[in-house]
This record gives sequence, structure tokens and C-alpha cells, in this order.
Amino acid sequence: MFEPVLTRNIHRPASEKIAVFLAHGGYEAARIALTKTPQELIEMVKRSGLRGRGGAGFPSGVKWGLMPADRSLPKIVAVNTDEGEPGAFKDREIVERDPHQVIEGVIIAAYAVGASRAYVYIRGEFFLGVKRWIKAIADAYEYGFLGRNILGSGFSLDMSVHRGAGAYICGEETAMLESLEGKAGNPRNKPPYPAQVGLFGLPTLVHNIETLACIPHIVKRGAEWFAAIGTAESKGPKIFSVSGHVNRPGNYELPLGVTLREIIYEHAGGVRGGRRIKAVIPGGASTPMLTAGALDTPMGFETLKQAGSELGTGAVIVMDENTCMVEAARRLTKFFAHESCGRCAPCRIGATRLYESLDRIERGKGAAGDLERVLELAQGIDGRTFCPMGGALVNPARSAIALFREEFEYHLTHKHCMAGG
Amino acid sequence: MRMAIGDLNTDLETVAPPLRARLLAALYLAQEQYGWLSPEALQRVASRLELSVGQVYSTASFYTMFKLEPRGKYLVQVCEGLSCYLAGGAEPIIEHIAKRLNIHAGETTPDGKFTLEVVQCLAACGSAPALRINDELYENMTLDAIDELLKRLGA
Repeated sequence: MFEPVLTRNIHRPASEKIAVFLAHGGYEAARIALTKTPQELIEMVKRSGLRGRGGAGFPSGVKWGLMPADRSLPKIVAVNTDEGEPGAFKDREIVERDPHQVIEGVIIAAYAVGASRAYVYIRGEFFLGVKRWIKAIADAYEYGFLGRNILGSGFSLDMSVHRGAGAYICGEETAMLESLEGKAGNPRNKPPYPAQVGLFGLPTLVHNIETLACIPHIVKRGAEWFAAIGTAESKGPKIFSVSGHVNRPGNYELPLGVTLREIIYEHAGGVRGGRRIKAVIPGGASTPMLTAGALDTPMGFETLKQAGSELGTGAVIVMDENTCMVEAARRLTKFFAHESCGRCAPCRIGATRLYESLDRIERGKGAAGDLERVLELAQGIDGRTFCPMGGALVNPARSAIALFREEFEYHLTHKHCMAGG
Repeated sequence: MRMAIGDLNTDLETVAPPLRARLLAALYLAQEQYGWLSPEALQRVASRLELSVGQVYSTASFYTMFKLEPRGKYLVQVCEGLSCYLAGGAEPIIEHIAKRLNIHAGETTPDGKFTLEVVQCLAACGSAPALRINDELYENMTLDAIDELLKRLGA
């Protein structure tokens, strides 16, 4: 039985409070970390095999190593709590129920890369999360975990919370930096990467909060302990948000490498009404759909890639046999059309055109050749935008057509749905 | 706008972020004070942060949570995301509320009390269907629970 790591505290009463956190070993890892050298910590995180939990899966230790080593250069840690991927609701739970775990991770990361300032960017809609972040940071200052000369180590760190205002794209790291600077959240071209030129032009380490939540545990229990969890290329615990047609939707923390089948049937209580699964989205709206045939795929970066999808944020959306896949693709594409920041024409115009085509097909107004046009359009968007959103937004339509082409064709011929929707 | 680093030994306390970094926070304050971001509110934010109204507008108009038009006392936001739809939410809930309030999505009741808005994911997919009213999130919504909620708010 896997013992939860990241969510071990969230079911305790008042789990968001610093007293509860301290009573269960909180901030012990920060104490340990501050006695180590930054280089030791960077090596430790590299050895742990931790990869980013925000969607891209970049090796965290490598990211730390990319920050300029010059200790006199001002540096920043930017914390990404801008969770907005349809299907994902893990970050909201962590920040509402165990914010100190993340603050501890930020302290360790900031010390390791020599940052003296941390900015937390939280999704505007997370009103409770904002309040909890503000309170948690104030308490961390009061107890001496933030501010000048933390725990007598000579290391100082300031932290503050900044509220987003409703823009999915600000979860993309450079768009988030633009937003923190008070601008529209248009992604920046890369390079330069944030580690070179980030917030206010300073080297910036950007992490999702689930990634940061892993850090204290790595420091406390060792890189080898962490690396022993998971698969060859996907290490450590992961919070899977499960939604859709399951009996017990919710967040389940499990080792990476767990199969979709185990997540859905053993943890999320199986499919509602005992129906069969038609499709599963394994990593949030931006990751390609899979069929029931892929249920034994281990949830890892490399294994899901082999299966034709991605781990993304680990947000699992389950669709039963009665789901209309044209409608699912239409709805997901509508999200992306709405959330395009508008900077790149292929995404700004393409997403809307893609949505309109799918909407036409769904409403029985499609015409012969529409599927080819949709796929051609997708081809023209993917890889032709500044940020990864272009590639992401074509995934629902492309994967649904690839896996359930007959449903689209049925819609085109019969002008209604074969799934009865 | 890149901040001049100057002396690399300077720490961040003396290298203050540009005023513009406070823009989102200022817009939230202005919206709370004025109820929406009226031209006057945008003007005030601009002068306080030493920005042009154009700069303020370009940021304000990018984000869905900044309202450039007046809205009702209660902003009812219903999620139409995939997970809410699969849980029986989205359109059935939107249509129900629209009928109850006698307005279309995107409109405000004539008494200025309710605005109905359709939104994308609220990160409550595990407790779908979900909706928000002002700063409060409501999860596992049923039509009965919604009726109760609207009644409590005086609909």
C-alpha cells in the first residue's frame, strides 16, 4: 500500500495552519537543507529524478543547475499556482489545505539557486487559496521561516502572493512572468529562458507547486528514496485528479507508473452505472485521448508518450461508452479557442475555426470533406505558435478523429449522433 | 520592460520592481471600489501607477475577471467544461438559471442583481457540476440546490 507523501496532511483538521504543519514534521527539511551547500541540494534533486508536475515534465535538478551560479546576482523563484487545465484540480487542493509544504519547498529551492525573492502567482478564481497563501506566508514570517537570516543560516528570502485574473495561458511560464509584471499574459519567445532572463529581467526559477511540494520530502528522506518510486523515467509520487464518469471523482496520490486501470477502478470506484469506458484523457484537456485499450498503460512521461498521449498534469478524465466523442472534442476545443491569448495567428484564428468546424459537425450541419479540413487546419496550427498551446489545442480534435473516426463520419452522414446524444 | 540591474551586488530590496507590476492588484482594488472598471476607474489606476490609460486598458481587457462593463451584484458563473458536462452540468444548469432569472447567458437582470456568465474550467472537476457566485465556489450542484441558492440571494 502506497503511503501518501504530498497529501499526507490534507485530511487533518485545520491542515492549512502552521501549527498543524509543524506538529507533523513541517519545516524540518528546510532546517536540514540550510545546513547543506546549494550544490549538494542541486545534486540531490538531480539524483531524485524529479520532473516538473505542471505539464512539461522538465527535470527539476537540471532546471536548478541552469540558474546562474553567481551568488551576487539577484535571482527570483516564481511559483505557479495558476491551475486552469480542464480536468486538473490538484494545485487548488494543495494550496488550500497544505500551503506550508509548498513554502518549505520554495525556501529550499531559493536557497539552492541563490534567490532572495519569491513571487507566488495564483489563479484569480482561487479566492480561498489566495487567503490561505497570504495567511501561510504571514505565519512563515512570524515563525522565522521567511524574511531575514532564516533559522540563523544567513539566508534571506521574501515571498508574496499575486493574484491572476482569469487567463489559462498564464499557466505557461513566460506568460505568467508577463502577468506578474502587470501586463497581458502573452508568452515570450524562448530563448532566452527564464533562468537567464525571467521576471523583471532577472534569472528566475519557475516551478509548479506540486513540484515544489516534492522538494522537502526529497531533502528529508533522500534522493534515493524518491527515485525508488515510479518508473525508469518518471519518479516519485503524483497527484492524479480524476473526473468524468467515475463513481468517486477526486484527487488520488499514487506512485508514478500506476496504471490508468488501477486509478480508475481501484481508487476512483470504477465507472458510473458499471458502464464500459470509451475514452480516457490521461493528463488534462491538452493531452491526446486514449481508448479503453490503453488502460494498462503506466502513468509516466515516457510510457504515455509511447501510448500516443502525455502525462501532462496527471488529470484523468473518464468518458463512458455513451459519450459522444464529437461533442467531447467540440467542448475541449471551445475551451482553447476561448483561452487563446491572441498573439499568434495560427492559434488565435485557427482555434476558433477548428471549434466552428467541430460545432457544425456536432450540430449535424457538417459537409463532406469537413474531417479533412479539420485535420488540415490542425496541421497548420501545431508547431506554428510561440508557446506550446498551438500543439495542445489540436490534441482533442486530432486524437478523437484518429480513434473514433466512425463517430465523426456518422455525424456527417446521419446529421446526428450514434451515441444517442 | 527590463529592469536595469546596474550593480550586480545590489540586492532586490534596493532594486524595486517597476510600478507596473502592481497593475493587476490595482485593477482588483479599483473594481471592488467602483463595482466595475469604468473609464474613470481605469484613469485613476493609470495615474496612480504612472501608466497611460492605454497600457492599463491593454492589461485589463486581457483578463476575464476584469469587468469593463457594469455587472450585477451577484455574478453567477457556470462552468461549461468537459468534466462538468460529463457530470450532467453545463448547458442544463445554464439553461435552468437563465430561465429562473429570465435572462440569457451574458446578461444582467433589470434590477441589477444577477449577472449570468458561462465560464471555462473552475478547477472543481472532481466535484462537478460547479459554479461560482462572486468569490464563493459551489460544488456538486443539483437543480434543487441551485434553486435554494438563488432563493437565498433573493432571486
